[in-house]
Amino acid sequence: MTWEAVIGLETHVELSTASKMFCGCPARFDAEPNTNICPVCLGLPGALPVPNREAINRIMQIGLALNCSVTRRPVFHRKNYFYADLPKNYQISQFDLPVCVDGYLEVGGDHPGRIRIERVHQEEDTGKSTHRGGDGRISAAEYSLLDFNRSGVPLVEIVTRPDIRSAAQARAYAQELRLLVEALGVSDARLEEGSIRFDANVSVRAGPRAPLGTKVEIKNMNSFRSLERAVSYEIERQTARLSSGQRIVMETRHWDEEAGVTRGGRIKEGSSDYRYFPDPDLVPMELDRDWEDGMAALLPELPSVRRVRYEEMGIDAAQAANLVGAEAGLAQLFEDAVEAGAGAPQAANWATGEVVASLRKAGIPSVGGSSLTGSSLAELLGMIRQGTLSGSAAREVLAGVIAGEGSPAEVAAGRDLLQISDTGLLESVVDELIAANPDEFARLKDGERKLVGFFVGQVMRNTRGKADPKLAGTLITERAGL
Amino acid sequence: MAFTTIVGAARALRDGSVTSVGLAEQVLQRTSMVEAQLHAYLTLDSDGLMEAAARADEELAAGSDRGPLHGIPIAVKDNMTTRHMETTAGSRILSGYVPPYDATAIRRLRDAGALIAGKTNLDEFAMGSSTENSAFGPTRNPWNTDRVPGGSSGGSAAAVAAGMALGGLGSDTGGSIRQPASLCGVVGAKPTYGAVSRYGLIAFASSLDQIGPIAHRVEDAALLLDAISGHDPLDSTSYPGGIEPSGARLGGGLDGVRVGVARRLGGADAVEPDVEAAFDRALAAMEGAGAVTLEVDLPSTEQGLSAYYLIAPAECSANLARFDGVRYGLRVDGATTEQMMSRSRADGFGPEVTRRVLLGTFALSAGYHEAFYGQAQKVRTLIREDFARAYRQCDVLVSPTSATTAFPLGDRTEDPLSMYVSDVFTIPSNLAGHPAISVPVGLDRHDLPIGFQVMAPALEEAVMFQVAAAVESLAGFDTTVPFDPSYGLRGGVR
Amino acid sequence: MAIEIDISHVARLARLELSDRQLDTYGRQCRELLEHVARIQAVDTEGVEPTSHPLPMTNRFREDRITPETVLGHEEVLAQAPDTEGPFFRVPPAIEEA
Ligand SMILES: [Zn+2]
Repeated sequence: MTWEAVIGLETHVELSTASKMFCGCPARFDAEPNTNICPVCLGLPGALPVPNREAINRIMQIGLALNCSVTRRPVFHRKNYFYADLPKNYQISQFDLPVCVDGYLEVGGDHPGRIRIERVHQEEDTGKSTHRGGDGRISAAEYSLLDFNRSGVPLVEIVTRPDIRSAAQARAYAQELRLLVEALGVSDARLEEGSIRFDANVSVRAGPRAPLGTKVEIKNMNSFRSLERAVSYEIERQTARLSSGQRIVMETRHWDEEAGVTRGGRIKEGSSDYRYFPDPDLVPMELDRDWEDGMAALLPELPSVRRVRYEEMGIDAAQAANLVGAEAGLAQLFEDAVEAGAGAPQAANWATGEVVASLRKAGIPSVGGSSLTGSSLAELLGMIRQGTLSGSAAREVLAGVIAGEGSPAEVAAGRDLLQISDTGLLESVVDELIAANPDEFARLKDGERKLVGFFVGQVMRNTRGKADPKLAGTLITERAGL
Repeated sequence: MAFTTIVGAARALRDGSVTSVGLAEQVLQRTSMVEAQLHAYLTLDSDGLMEAAARADEELAAGSDRGPLHGIPIAVKDNMTTRHMETTAGSRILSGYVPPYDATAIRRLRDAGALIAGKTNLDEFAMGSSTENSAFGPTRNPWNTDRVPGGSSGGSAAAVAAGMALGGLGSDTGGSIRQPASLCGVVGAKPTYGAVSRYGLIAFASSLDQIGPIAHRVEDAALLLDAISGHDPLDSTSYPGGIEPSGARLGGGLDGVRVGVARRLGGADAVEPDVEAAFDRALAAMEGAGAVTLEVDLPSTEQGLSAYYLIAPAECSANLARFDGVRYGLRVDGATTEQMMSRSRADGFGPEVTRRVLLGTFALSAGYHEAFYGQAQKVRTLIREDFARAYRQCDVLVSPTSATTAFPLGDRTEDPLSMYVSDVFTIPSNLAGHPAISVPVGLDRHDLPIGFQVMAPALEEAVMFQVAAAVESLAGFDTTVPFDPSYGLRGGVR
Repeated sequence: MAIEIDISHVARLARLELSDRQLDTYGRQCRELLEHVARIQAVDTEGVEPTSHPLPMTNRFREDRITPETVLGHEEVLAQAPDTEGPFFRVPPAIEEA
């Protein structure tokens, strides 16, 4: 039997607004524990929520970028469940009237497909629990410590329909979604810091026409790789059970990164009876056409569109994806370089290759933090094209530019790296070498062509890499009469 | 002589015949005389009151006058947060809790120069109609200490009625200001939903709760309301527009005013004959003063009680979830977080609160949500439509405030339903979000006060107070009977 | 209307640890009250919109500004806590061992 995996993803994205969702506390939680807190986000008696307009703006932007339609009168609901890090013991979220519904995200690459988006809705984050004692695992903790700085940070939840069919596609969707959110500038979009979190609903069925199987929710994946591994593990686990005639239990399982397995049944789950009802402390939103149009007008070029544009500039698909997926400054560098006259494929290769390597070597975290500009990259590439810089010299010049030594021309001159393309100058170097290596030259004349490389190498050494290797080769073959 | 009204005291403060310190002393002296029998206060801040009074006098002497509430001692229901002053909501779970912030209504009172004398007793989390559900013992009625003061704002009503403050604040979710005002023979008003900020009011049922004034005189209540009302950016449900000052038409009289008589409001039957008679006398007097009366029927309000006892518990089940022993309040230890929370809550909440939390949790739970909570919200729409229809024919509606006068302590504690029907006349205004006020108009055969309710459309407080002031002056009811030192306290301590 | 209440499940949802006797009493009282208010189901509400707010208002928002004046001091945050450790609130562990 061919088992088919059916996967849906729920993604929580923390919005990078200045203040929290329902109060004026800073939406930063890297401060000292329990310092960015007020009566509202600590759930003190009598405190009331007032929603952050900018958070709603951003949720709409995400929804629109995901091709969703905007709900005209969305409502805030209370989702009731008890948890120590949830101050009010209900979360203000949305139920039947979320901000956005019914969109999709196109996923390219090796696992192309259109993943439908069911809903995009507002949520608020919880505080943070640290489990202490025992062996450090949650199940053995002796007590928990609570920090409420994160409590009330605005969240958006993006829920797909069960359209994903493989672990790799789940990863591709997640990566594409992160890129989108990053392009919108609505979130820090950093997985490692938890500003994007993925939960997966995984089930397996006996082929595409079979009814859906029992779904299992998996949590606790904090990288794209662990998402892919966890989903993959879960598909295998379920397939193995079903193949051997066992049943799947509806449950929530947690991914154990170290062991590479999902585990269920350890953490006591509250009842899933969330008793949603409209939050009487909040009035409905009214998202009219004007508001929606205003948000649509703010949308930047989306990653999918940008990839197509780059391909149309003559860059291959993989390189275009690299550029779009790279740090924002790098794509900007590329675009500026092309604007300043550089060839697109060459600029793309350098931006994603040499530039990244040089920055890393110099310990500079981003292009923005260096003195490299698009026009200086274009200038550098121009010098290569004109033959005034060799490839290896160009890398050195790039390092110099990044180190702030000046423009490529200034660095090349300053570090004495300009290529010797002067025929007269090179002829004398070649003649010296022939005189010093008579045996090799004789063999070359007899037709041992591979010795051209030997002589070119010698020329490069004697000129400390500055000779134009092509010109040197031509001169040597001419001398040998080949 | 003793000052009984805010307006009178304010005048005396300015003509130099009394000081704020003098008023504070009067209130504290009166409290020391009767508090042992009445138990109106949970916290009496004598030192704070005296200091604030001295400051108020200095300000006035320096020519800085904050207005009519300047230097006036006010009693505040203990479900409004007061910075650095214990706030318990009448619950064991908040015993000893000291909030770090002032409720907006409290801040506005302070800004208006009023002095917070203390925090008054209430049914736990404002759930009740007799103040017997307080975790800290019941309050007694100053007119007869065998009787309840009503509730849930029984502490504020008793404190004002007995002269332990010149005015008070209560909160009204289903009648919790008007019913105790009626039973204690004082004036109590529930404003339009959204007129007064709920920020800092410990929520019972968020879509029904409103803070409002309790006072000896309608004009005093209007002064208090105008001091605390107005848009608050910290409360999303606070009304953003301007409202005509409550006291703007106090002298307007009744000539030509169309008065809808809602005798059977809320499906009321079993109205006590003395209450009915007092109501009819007041109506006749209104007609004599030029009011045009007509009987109106609001049939959907018969479902008011049912809708209320679904909506209020549902909302309270979520509102009270935050009392979990984690960040503040009572904690009873347990091996796990869940156990700690479940024990803290079971120990911290009294029976009425527990019952309503269970009821609300069930009414919202899967499978019953639509049949109960959903249906109740729709019935609420029908009730609003009934009111809208009635207000096409009349300017205000009137009814008794309570079907009965003050009942004996313990009379209704065994049967929750008998207590719940105390609120049939008052609940409809909460469901509709409209303003309503209770004015004392007479005494029953046991010398217990009878209240008269005036209701108005949303944001029409000025008309409501205009009519209420006229009713008050026609009734000529002496609210100060229990305030008189020679009256003593009747009932159990006689 | 006969109403079935699994009162111990409801108590668990509401985080109330009650004795069997208490559960009995509350269960009975809740059932009686619900049976009384269940008459509301007889009301014809076909096509009636629910009221969740007495005053029809929409779009009450705040601007995205930090308000330092509402942020509490660290001591104030922890002052009322039943149990703390350093700058944290402390609670018993979250799980129940199976
Ligand atoms: Zn806050």
